[in-house]
Amino acid sequence: MNRNRRLPVLLAGAAGLVLAASACSSSGGRQEETATGADTPELTIAMITHEAPGDTFWDLVRAGAEDAAAKSGVTLEYFSDPEAARQATLIQAAVDKGVDGIAITLAKPDALQGAIDNAAAAGIPVVGFNAGIDHWQDAGLIEYFGTDETLAGEAFGERLDEVGAEKALCVIQEQGHVALETRCDSLGEAFEGESETLYVDGANMPEVRSGITAKLQEDADVDYVVTLGAPFAMTALDAVDDAGSDASVATFDTNADLVGAIEDGLVEWAVDQQPYLQGYLAVDGLWLYGTNGNVSGGGSEPVLTGPNFIDQDNIDSVAAYAENGTR
Amino acid sequence: MSQTLTMRTPGPGQGGSEKRERVGRRSPLRRFLARPEVGSLIGAVVVFAVFFAVAEPFRQAASFSTVLYASSTIGIMAVAVALLMIGGEFDLSAGVAVVTSALATAMFSYQFSLNIWAGAALALALALGIGFLNGWILVRTNLPSFLVTLSTFLMLQGLNIAVTKLVTGSVSTDNVSDMDGFASARAVFASSIPVGGVDVRITVLWWLLFAALATWVLMRTRVGNWIYAVGGNAESARAVGVPVKRVKIGLFMTVGFFAWFSGMHLLTAANGVQQSGEGVGNELLYIMAAVVGGCLLTGGYGTVVGAVIGAFIYGMTRQGIVYAGWDNNWIMFFVGAMLLLAVVINMWVRNQTSKR
Repeated sequence: MNRNRRLPVLLAGAAGLVLAASACSSSGGRQEETATGADTPELTIAMITHEAPGDTFWDLVRAGAEDAAAKSGVTLEYFSDPEAARQATLIQAAVDKGVDGIAITLAKPDALQGAIDNAAAAGIPVVGFNAGIDHWQDAGLIEYFGTDETLAGEAFGERLDEVGAEKALCVIQEQGHVALETRCDSLGEAFEGESETLYVDGANMPEVRSGITAKLQEDADVDYVVTLGAPFAMTALDAVDDAGSDASVATFDTNADLVGAIEDGLVEWAVDQQPYLQGYLAVDGLWLYGTNGNVSGGGSEPVLTGPNFIDQDNIDSVAAYAENGTR
Repeated sequence: MSQTLTMRTPGPGQGGSEKRERVGRRSPLRRFLARPEVGSLIGAVVVFAVFFAVAEPFRQAASFSTVLYASSTIGIMAVAVALLMIGGEFDLSAGVAVVTSALATAMFSYQFSLNIWAGAALALALALGIGFLNGWILVRTNLPSFLVTLSTFLMLQGLNIAVTKLVTGSVSTDNVSDMDGFASARAVFASSIPVGGVDVRITVLWWLLFAALATWVLMRTRVGNWIYAVGGNAESARAVGVPVKRVKIGLFMTVGFFAWFSGMHLLTAANGVQQSGEGVGNELLYIMAAVVGGCLLTGGYGTVVGAVIGAFIYGMTRQGIVYAGWDNNWIMFFVGAMLLLAVVINMWVRNQTSKR
């Protein structure tokens, strides 16, 4: 053991020289920043999601998490990977680090179970948020913050009935995502008209646009395009124009652009699951648990953050916050 | 830089394969520097040193075990991909083929109510079949492997999701964790073994075992010579009697076998449920590991040891950024920078040592 420990130190010293000589100063500066930035915060919390890079939704989640962390003097570390096995490894890394709490999205619960068990064994509290409302208790998480995707989908379907829609096109931007499938499925069940699901590649916006356009050209009966994320609603607007269709657009989730589009009457409504609130509550929940032993929802019920409809009637109260990047 | 190197060199790198050297009489240092994996070794030491200095948790044995695990998930496939690249070909379908194998095992077992091992055997046949198909199309058409495997990559990506949805009605497979044979499969593919007080994931051991085996094949057997010959110059290899086509098809099937193995790990580690949309992009990480380790894109050059180091660098970078608490949006940037650096060092070292 001793010998092993000395070798890395030697290597470190030798390579440190190499580093200095090759002017890799960016790592050096960063390193000092993290080292000296510590005002001895009480807790370190890791937030580990299944975010695919570049979706504005997660900016809102992070904004909420960071605000909660700043307010409570928590050091927040955010990591994400859309691939379940790698998300599990990230959780394992947080366990290795010995953080004081972990907030995770349970989009693919089975793959994360091993890492969650390791966290429990290490005595680290884990809370769930955003995805996994059906699994968080079985997985052994202490709290859950998010919406019930089934409820949200049904509410959406009922709203479609209210406005007298006849055929809805439900656009899924990520094939293989359980929560998104649930939204479209439960929407289809609650909606009395016809609904159809279209898969597009959300990482490739031009393809999203052309995919929706082609579908609208092919099927003129579609009078509502339903997207499952704010950026895709904006693209759907373009696609509706391209196709010369008179379909309306409504969506799940919001961002600043989308709030503007609702103000302008371009998008009919958005079902908001309040991502800012999810991020905020997840961090705050861990903080409360760590400092005062509180368990939000009592450990048996999820804490719901939606569904919350945003349309022309209440858009003004949301618009100001959207400017700040928190709605 | 070379000064640091001289201090480090005497032990590890030289062991394997003096026989293969083309360089004749040279000093031990020059001989060492001429090895394909030198660039990656320097890179590994630098990356290790950086994270060792910056990230306090990185120094713990448990963290190191997680780093090794992250490396092994890429590294097992990198072993096969390195062999294939030394043989002069790519396989872009390797990433999704892993997921295909996991899906196939789960679906065969569940739909036909088979023991997991029987499902796994069918999936193995499928994975080898995909490898065979890649190789067979390649040798029949003489198209570049980039195009052939790009096609199979895209087709498998679609099939994974379409067939899964068709069979299970959902985008992930039915849970097979309560079926016969799952527990033993899990023990083989996804268990942990305590080594000196630290739990080491079994994939790490498999990874090193496979790497040792592949190195032995490359360095000590006739097949190994064939692989280098086929990758170096297929025409001359054929002229001296090397069965070029069989070697290439065999290499693709080797990738298929390893894809099956990695797929079994994915499935058992995920408690018997496999998502159908995953694996895309991993093929480039395997290639990255092999290239960082000194494999040439043109074939005929490189080692499996290099690919192991390449995967290790990837694992360290990926997890090190987490341990250091840096923003993980930078992970891919660092992985890319590492690749560029390693490639440049490899080229520079090769030029230096071949000068006289």
